[in-house]
Parts: sequence; structure tokens; C-alpha cells
Amino acid sequence: MDASSLLEGLAAFLVVTGAVFSLIGSLGLLRLPDFFMRLHGPSKATTIGIGSLLVASAIHMSVSGPGVSVHEFMIPLFIAITTPVSSHLLAKAARHRRLRGSEEWPDRDQERNR
Amino acid sequence: MIGTAIAVAFMLLGLSFALAFVRMLRGPDVTDRILALDTLYVNAAAMLVLYGLQLGVGRYYEAALLIAMLGFITTVVLSKFLTRGDIIE
Repeated sequence: MDASSLLEGLAAFLVVTGAVFSLIGSLGLLRLPDFFMRLHGPSKATTIGIGSLLVASAIHMSVSGPGVSVHEFMIPLFIAITTPVSSHLLAKAARHRRLRGSEEWPDRDQERNR
Repeated sequence: MIGTAIAVAFMLLGLSFALAFVRMLRGPDVTDRILALDTLYVNAAAMLVLYGLQLGVGRYYEAALLIAMLGFITTVVLSKFLTRGDIIE
């Protein structure tokens, strides 16, 4: 087995891994009971999912095309920067809404007794 | 080998689209819907990258990057609107 087919196998493995991570993120988005738990699933798993997918794409393009292609890494870099920001803003919005509208904020009794 | 992997990854990503779409339709609060929309944006970028990988064309990364940027801006603007009641104060 030469290096080219080994890299192709690595790229195939990373493609399937990325898709599985995206699926796990969406499954957590669907199945977890609370919004603040649901925020964890996509924001972490999807980052790794698209990251490994683009690493696989970079490997595949570097093997099949001319030269090494690295411009794919802009997308995982961008998503790794922006996903914590959007998750933070969503958590702030959710907390804002829960504090106003709902009576089921879990720590309210502990904060009152403290 | 990588053709089979790409086909399997397309199926998994389609299932992931379906799950996030169910959450977007069902979500009890509007923040759940925004989160599901953000997940759909990232999954769309991933699927576009996968399509470019299948065709062997490196031109789809710009479109995927644009979709990821639009998803981030959409999420930020909607959360800001929910929190402050306004987008630009």
C-alpha cells in the first residue's frame, strides 16, 4: 500500500467521521430535554464535524490535484471562531426570555435561599 | 473507497438535516428554532463541501464559507433582536 492510497483511506475515514459528528450534533439538538443542554450538541459536534470534513477535503484535493491546497482551512477556522460567539448570544437571549416569561428557572429557589 | 465514504456521509448529513428540521418545526421556544436554523446553516455548508469533494471541484469552498458567514450573522442578529428588542441601537 503506497502513500497515496493510504491518504485516500484517511480522507475517507475523516469524511465519515465528520458526517457522524454532524449527525450526533443534530441528534443532541433533537433529543436533549432542555434548551441549555440542546445548545451543547450542535455547537460542539458540528464544529468538529465540518472541521474533519474539510481536513478530509484538503487531503483529497492535495492528493488528486496539483500541489498542496490549504485554503479549505479557512472555513473550520471561521466556524471555530464564530460558533462560541453565537452560542453565547443565544444563551443570553434564552436566559433573558426565561427570566421574563417562565417560572421554571431551575436555580431560582437556591438563589432565594442563599 | 472515498466514493463509498462520500455516499455514506451524504446519507448521514441528510439524516442530520431531517433531525434539525424536526427541531426547528417543533421547538418549544423561539431560541430552539434559531439554534436549529444555525445547525441547518452549518450542515448546508458541510453538504456543499461534500458535494464539491464528490465532483472533485475546489470551487465550492467559497459558497460554503458564504453560507457559514450568513448563518453566523443570522444567529447573531436574531439573538440580538430577542435580547434587546432592536438590532442596531
